[in-house]
Amino acid sequence: MTAMAKEKLIFNLVRGVTYFVVIVVGYLLFDIFIKGIPTISWSFLTELPRRSGAEGGIYPAIVGTIYLVSGAIIFALPLGMASAIYLSEYASQGRLNRTIRLAIITLAGVPSIVFGLFGLGLFVLFFGFGASILAGSLTLAFMILPTIIVSSEEALQAVPMGLREASLALGATKWQTVYTNVLPYALPGMFTGSILGIGRAAGETAPILLTVAAFFLPRLPKSIFDQVMALPYHLYVLATQHPDTEKVLPMQYGTALVLIVIVVFFNLTAIILRNHYRKKIQW
Amino acid sequence: MVKVPKIKLLIENVNFFYNDKQALFDINMSIPDRQVTALIGPSGCGKSTFLRMFNRMNDIILGTRHTGKITMDGLDIYDSKTDVVKLRRDVGMVFQKSNPFPKSIYDNITYGPEIHGQKNKSYLEDIVEHSLKGAALWDEVEDRLHDNAMGLSGGQQQRLCIARALAVEPKVILMDEPASALDPKSTARIEELIGELRKKYTIIIVTHNMQQASRVSDHTAFFYEGALIEFGKTHQIFTNPEKQKTEDYITGRFG
Repeated sequence: MTAMAKEKLIFNLVRGVTYFVVIVVGYLLFDIFIKGIPTISWSFLTELPRRSGAEGGIYPAIVGTIYLVSGAIIFALPLGMASAIYLSEYASQGRLNRTIRLAIITLAGVPSIVFGLFGLGLFVLFFGFGASILAGSLTLAFMILPTIIVSSEEALQAVPMGLREASLALGATKWQTVYTNVLPYALPGMFTGSILGIGRAAGETAPILLTVAAFFLPRLPKSIFDQVMALPYHLYVLATQHPDTEKVLPMQYGTALVLIVIVVFFNLTAIILRNHYRKKIQW
Repeated sequence: MVKVPKIKLLIENVNFFYNDKQALFDINMSIPDRQVTALIGPSGCGKSTFLRMFNRMNDIILGTRHTGKITMDGLDIYDSKTDVVKLRRDVGMVFQKSNPFPKSIYDNITYGPEIHGQKNKSYLEDIVEHSLKGAALWDEVEDRLHDNAMGLSGGQQQRLCIARALAVEPKVILMDEPASALDPKSTARIEELIGELRKKYTIIIVTHNMQQASRVSDHTAFFYEGALIEFGKTHQIFTNPEKQKTEDYITGRFG
């Protein structure tokens, strides 16, 4: 085979694989959309569930998921960004730093059920928060923390060293340097990292299963110490725990569609923020 | 009567280490005030390391340490009481690779004064004009001060970096091969500028270009393998060096 023909073959192969992946994901979304849309109605979105979710709406689960994701972001974003700033800008690049880094990367690969058990042990039982929004948000926050730290640190490292040196050489303090000449250029990258984390936080079932999610709770939470329903868990319940899973199939599709829309909404917000900051930088 | 130049920086028995590797060996030298001192020598001879000691830029590199003493106007710059931030205001630096902030030309200049607490707008405007004129850049950019600095040519960017250093009113300016990435015309402009700046500032310049050293400097120090081989008047170093090593280097026999 000539080099030319080989080149063509490889090109078509990688293109074919890419199209295949896009088609599979596209079909999945299309299927959920088509089968979910008939279920979507104002009452489905705003009413409380009845008869274990077989009838009525999913309002408490929507609210619950939004609370949990927002809570996770509120805890994880500042923690993650601060850790990344410390690791990238302040910590001496020695063995301890490398060990911490390795630990964080390993943490990113820990199965979510392990985080669920960790949350159950630490927040629910030890701190006595009980199964609650607070415990669930914190658990999700810790689950997405590694993703946020790693990508935030990469974003910080991508800022040219010359800018730091120039700033320090002018007599700026470390924080002045980081705040004015590193952070603004790293923020878009940091948001990208958060996007990945947020999507994961909204969709995970295992961590909230043990720390917050209610099987069936047809009312809204009154405080952060209340339990809530959440979309992924509700979906799981409808699909596997319901006495008549076939009958509630439309409810499942409707719930899945709403969950996807919420994830897309969070991601879009992050992307818009990222583009806003990116536009301000001219290299 | 022969005018003896005042000593700005006094270097006594300085050794420098990157972890266990010694980079500078027992350097003793006195750098005269308001003159240009060139540091020359082959790559890896320690001249840049030495330059970065004067504004303590090596502090940010892990595992570096030194012995000996460097004083500026009689004050030990490595004393634990020395304010590094204040030191770096007094000792400005221009880097090999021009590194303007990706902001407007105006903001590049005002950054230094602003972080040091200067808020007065008209005063800042004066600084911008004054610094850009000092770096011979004003005529080229006066009508586009609010354009992004990254749009300037390489030579202009480097002069902007000089202007930015001037804006904090330093006493000493360190230049680490400031023209090595520039074309001959821009290099000539930078050299011309150094000739102007020497009237007001003490300048220490690291250069690979021996013609440049001979053109711009009053004194030249030749470094080899971390040691100061010879230090003297530029004219003397280039015409009648005392050490064989110096002669070999400046005549191009190695390096």
